[in-house]
Amino acid sequence: MTFSGELLAFLILAIVAVMGGVLLLNLSKVVHMVVALVFTFVSLAGIYVMLSAEFVAVVQILIYSGAITIIMLFGIMLTRHNDTSEVKGGRLRKVLLFLGVLGFAFAVYIGIYNLDFNSPAANLHENNTEQIGIALYTKFIIPFELTSVVLLVALIGAIILAKKDDEEEAKKE
Amino acid sequence: MSGVPISAYLTLALVLFCIGLYGALTKRNTVIVLISIELMLNAVNINLVAFSKFGMIPSITGQVFALFTIAVAAAEAAVGLAILIALYRNRKTVNIDEMDTMKN
Repeated sequence: MTFSGELLAFLILAIVAVMGGVLLLNLSKVVHMVVALVFTFVSLAGIYVMLSAEFVAVVQILIYSGAITIIMLFGIMLTRHNDTSEVKGGRLRKVLLFLGVLGFAFAVYIGIYNLDFNSPAANLHENNTEQIGIALYTKFIIPFELTSVVLLVALIGAIILAKKDDEEEAKKE
Repeated sequence: MSGVPISAYLTLALVLFCIGLYGALTKRNTVIVLISIELMLNAVNINLVAFSKFGMIPSITGQVFALFTIAVAAAEAAVGLAILIALYRNRKTVNIDEMDTMKN
């Protein structure tokens, strides 16, 4: 593998992404953890551009680093978040979990480290959005409509779950 | 094939998935657990888009599937946060080890 600009871009994006994840695990304040994860989301959008998926990259920035980060920050601000104390006696459990995750990572890595399909060159980068639109409205029209139903159900369900009970409001009035 | 091989993308996705898994299993704050799950879903999306370019038969279907995953993940985050708000109103806590009503 020769050193190229593509490899350099991949390395920078991957390091930033992994660094955001490591900061998520190690920072002590909850708001800082969420902001650290924004780095990961933005650099993953760069990875998508490298994989010739421009539309997915734009959606990633819109949904993840826009919507989901903001909704998580609201969730933190609406609840009590200045409690940074760690639970006592959980060290053994953490070590065991770390070893388990490491074993899982090793098992998967054996399977993927020299994977190569010798795939033919694709033209995914030409008119990427148009290709996605054509595929959505020909092959995947029913899942596409079902997704809108899922989003509607999630919207109504979130409102009903998060609103106050009627009895409580009646008591206040 | 020049440039970055598929195994590099898959390894990056694996590392992010493991960070998300460890965070989801060890963190105490429920919001952080939710956002770790989002990180795991993101790692899966990398795999889908990578196989859409470097797979046996490259096609646009992987990217379409990644878009569906993003939509469902957004819905999941909204509903999870609504459950968290409702729980916080009743129990006055967001720590995941104090949410053990069904245990007793």
